[in-house]
Amino acid sequence: MAIELTSDVKGFRDKISILSGEDVSICYQCGECSASCPYSSEMDLLPSTVIRLIQLGQKEVVNSQCIWLCSTCLSCFARCPQGIDIAKVMEALRQLNLRKQKSNIDLSKISREELNRIPQVALIASLRKLMG
Amino acid sequence: MKFSKMKLFMFPGCALKTTAKGFEVSALSSASCLGIELIELPNWNCCGTVHPLSTDDVMHHLAPIRNLLRAQEVDYDLFLESEGKLVTFCSLCFNTLKRSGILIQQDTEKRTIITNFLEKKEKPQFEVINFLEILRDIGYDTIKSAVKKPLKGFKILPYYGCMLLRPKEIGIDDPENPQVMENLLTALGAEIVDSPYKTKCCGSYHTVANKKLAMKLSHKILNDSEKNGANALATSCPLCAYNLDNLQREITQAHPSFHEIPIFYYTQLMALSFDLNDKSLGFDSNYADPKPLLKKLGL
Repeated sequence: MAIELTSDVKGFRDKISILSGEDVSICYQCGECSASCPYSSEMDLLPSTVIRLIQLGQKEVVNSQCIWLCSTCLSCFARCPQGIDIAKVMEALRQLNLRKQKSNIDLSKISREELNRIPQVALIASLRKLMG
Repeated sequence: MKFSKMKLFMFPGCALKTTAKGFEVSALSSASCLGIELIELPNWNCCGTVHPLSTDDVMHHLAPIRNLLRAQEVDYDLFLESEGKLVTFCSLCFNTLKRSGILIQQDTEKRTIITNFLEKKEKPQFEVINFLEILRDIGYDTIKSAVKKPLKGFKILPYYGCMLLRPKEIGIDDPENPQVMENLLTALGAEIVDSPYKTKCCGSYHTVANKKLAMKLSHKILNDSEKNGANALATSCPLCAYNLDNLQREITQAHPSFHEIPIFYYTQLMALSFDLNDKSLGFDSNYADPKPLLKKLGL
C-alpha cells in the first residue's frame, strides 16, 4: 500500500488522540499488541499497523474491518511497553463510524430463538460496540 | 469451625437473574456456609455492560454511577458495616462498576457533570470488589475447613477471561498468571490444570453477530484444556460461560470429534464441595451436563 503523507497528518492523529485520550505518537512498533491480540489472524490490518497508519495520518484506517473485531479484551494494553490503551484507539475509530450512523450489526438477521438464548450482557455489549 | 459473620451489599446484575441462575443460587448458598450474608442492592439497574472508552462519552457512566450512589443512599449503616464494599459476581459488572467508580473519584470535571445530571451532591464512595477477592481475604484455609466433600478427581482449568484481570489497574490478580481461582479450587480439593488460554478472550459479544468467530475462540480454549488433561473448566463470567458452555452445541456440530466438557461457575464447585443440596448447586442452567463427570468421580 502506497502511503501518501498529506499536510493534514497531525489533524487526524490529534483527532484520534482527543477521542481516545491516548498518545499514539509514542508507539515504536514493537508489535507486542499484534502478537497478543486473539483476533489478529482474522484482521485485515494488525493493531500495530493501525497505530502506525494513524501516526502517518492515514484517514482510510477508519474503514478497516479490524476495528470491528477488537472486543476490548485488553491483552494488548496489558503488554504494551509504552502503556498505550490500543482498545481506546480502536474505539475512537469505531466511534468515527458509529457517530455517522454506520453500524456493523443487523439484528434482523438473528433468529428469535437465538435472541432468546443469548445472554443480555452479550446483546447490550454488541449493540454498544457495533450499532450506530 | 465457626466462621465470623459478615454482611455485605451485593450487585447481582442481569445475568445472575436469567442465563446464569446457577451462579446466583450457588453463590448465595456457599457464601452463607462461610458466614457471609449477601444483601441484594435494592432497585439496581444495568451496570452498562461495557466501560465507555471515549473521552467525551459521559452518558454511559450514568448507569454504573447510579448503582454506586444508590448503594450508599439506601442503607448507610450497612455501608459502614460492610466497610463500603459492593460485591459483584459477573466479571462484566465488576469491570464496569469498578472502572466508573474510580473514574468519578479521579476526574473532578466528569464527576461534576454526572452528579449534577443525577441531581446528587455526594460522590460515590463504594469500593467495588469481586466475590473472589472476599474469598481470598477470608483465607483459603478457612474455606478448606468448610469442605465436606473434596473435589477429588476433578482436573479443572480456572478460566479467567478478560474483565476480571484487565486493565491491570483494576484487575483482581496478575493479568498474566492469576492464581486466585487456583488457590480456591485447590482448597476445595481439585487438581489444577494450567493453560496459556486461561486469560484469552472467549469471543465475547461477537457471539451475537459473528457466532462463528466466538465458536472459533472458545473451541481453542476448550481444546487446549482437554489437551492439558482438564475434565472441567471454572469461570466467573456469564458471557464466557455462555460461549464456552452453550456454544458447545454448535462446536459439536462443526467438529464431530469434539467431546463436551462441563463448565462450572466457581461458586457451583464451592457448593458441591460444601455438600449442599441440588437446588443450591444450580446445575439446571448448565448446558454441558456435569452429572456424568460427577457420577464418574463418585461425587
